[in-house]
Amino acid sequence: MKLSKIFYNGLIKENTIFVQAIGMCSVLAVTTSAINGLAMGLAVIAVLVGSNIVVSLLRKVIPDKIRIPAFIVVIATFVTVVEMFMKAYTPDLYNALGIFIPLIVVNCMILGRAESFASKNSLLPSIVDGLGMGAGYTLAVVVLGSIREILGAGTLFGMQLFGASFEPALIFIMPPGAFIILGILMGIFNYVGKRKESPKTGVKEENIDEYIYNID
Amino acid sequence: MSIFTILISTIFVNNYVFARFLGICPFLGVSNKTETATGMGVAVTFVITLSSVITWGIHYAILDRFGLEYLQTIVFILVIAALVQFVEMFLKKTSPNLYSALGVYLPLITTNCIVLGVAILNIQEGYSLIETIFNALGASVGFAIALLLMAGVREKLEIIDVPKVLEGFPIALITAGLMSIAFLGFNGLV
Repeated sequence: MKLSKIFYNGLIKENTIFVQAIGMCSVLAVTTSAINGLAMGLAVIAVLVGSNIVVSLLRKVIPDKIRIPAFIVVIATFVTVVEMFMKAYTPDLYNALGIFIPLIVVNCMILGRAESFASKNSLLPSIVDGLGMGAGYTLAVVVLGSIREILGAGTLFGMQLFGASFEPALIFIMPPGAFIILGILMGIFNYVGKRKESPKTGVKEENIDEYIYNID
Repeated sequence: MSIFTILISTIFVNNYVFARFLGICPFLGVSNKTETATGMGVAVTFVITLSSVITWGIHYAILDRFGLEYLQTIVFILVIAALVQFVEMFLKKTSPNLYSALGVYLPLITTNCIVLGVAILNIQEGYSLIETIFNALGASVGFAIALLLMAGVREKLEIIDVPKVLEGFPIALITAGLMSIAFLGFNGLV
């Protein structure tokens, strides 16, 4: 498989959040603002690329039977590194993300990539896969974080977007907003994805009509 | 904080699923039927309570004493993984009935973030052993309630006409959002 294809695969086609719907806990929790989402996304990319590199290099050394515990130890090591790094250099973000940094260990997405990709592929494709999947995750958290921040606080990356008369809808910063907006975003992703897949001859318009009918 | 406050707080006010977003994967994954939801709820309750006590002990007896707090994440996840293995083996030998009922869910629990989350929060909040036990119980009961409520709603959702693009996860998430609004009503109870 070509490297660009692997990257695209992780970013859009098999986007962990919108398409596969795994690793949702952190996504819902940290997206109270765009900057928190971005920080979490970068932390996940770091852990994912690191664990993919090590797992890929050790794939012939790790015995098959104990591979899952071995993967977990590798992942936990990188999570600890990232955690200590953030604690030292970005204490504000560390406090904002709180418990969800150590919880990257149990993000099913990272173990999933180790198991289904890195343990079967050589170094370079594994790095690209980690970058692609991580970028897909980051895309999802930044988009979700931005929407929640705009609707719930009227700001984006901390910048004021509207005049003083804007009344932010606080509910979108609170937990229910996370669920509802992610649900709607997944619906939109489905809609766009399905429209792209449908063949170009005639059927497409019917499909769109059907979708519009269904949404109505 | 009194034990009663911890229980009410973890079950209703700060429900681990609706307010703290822990355990979302199984919450969306196994909430299709009421039966499986019950099985998962019982298995999780068992594992969370046991793992909380053990990780609490390890933290204060070993990590804290020798200044090894930075190993917390690695040690805790290994303890939980090993514990789940042992529980599985133990149930297989001693009570095959319970094993066949819970067996499928046990391996899934290792990567359920609510287990590790509760273990870490117990230490962060500085709970005593008794408080830890009740925090774990409250968390798992809250999780089980959320799972059961969701399963009930989703069974009804199957026979309802949902827009095609929202079928499956999207509508489940929106439903969870509405339930989370309901749970906001408990705010200020404690």
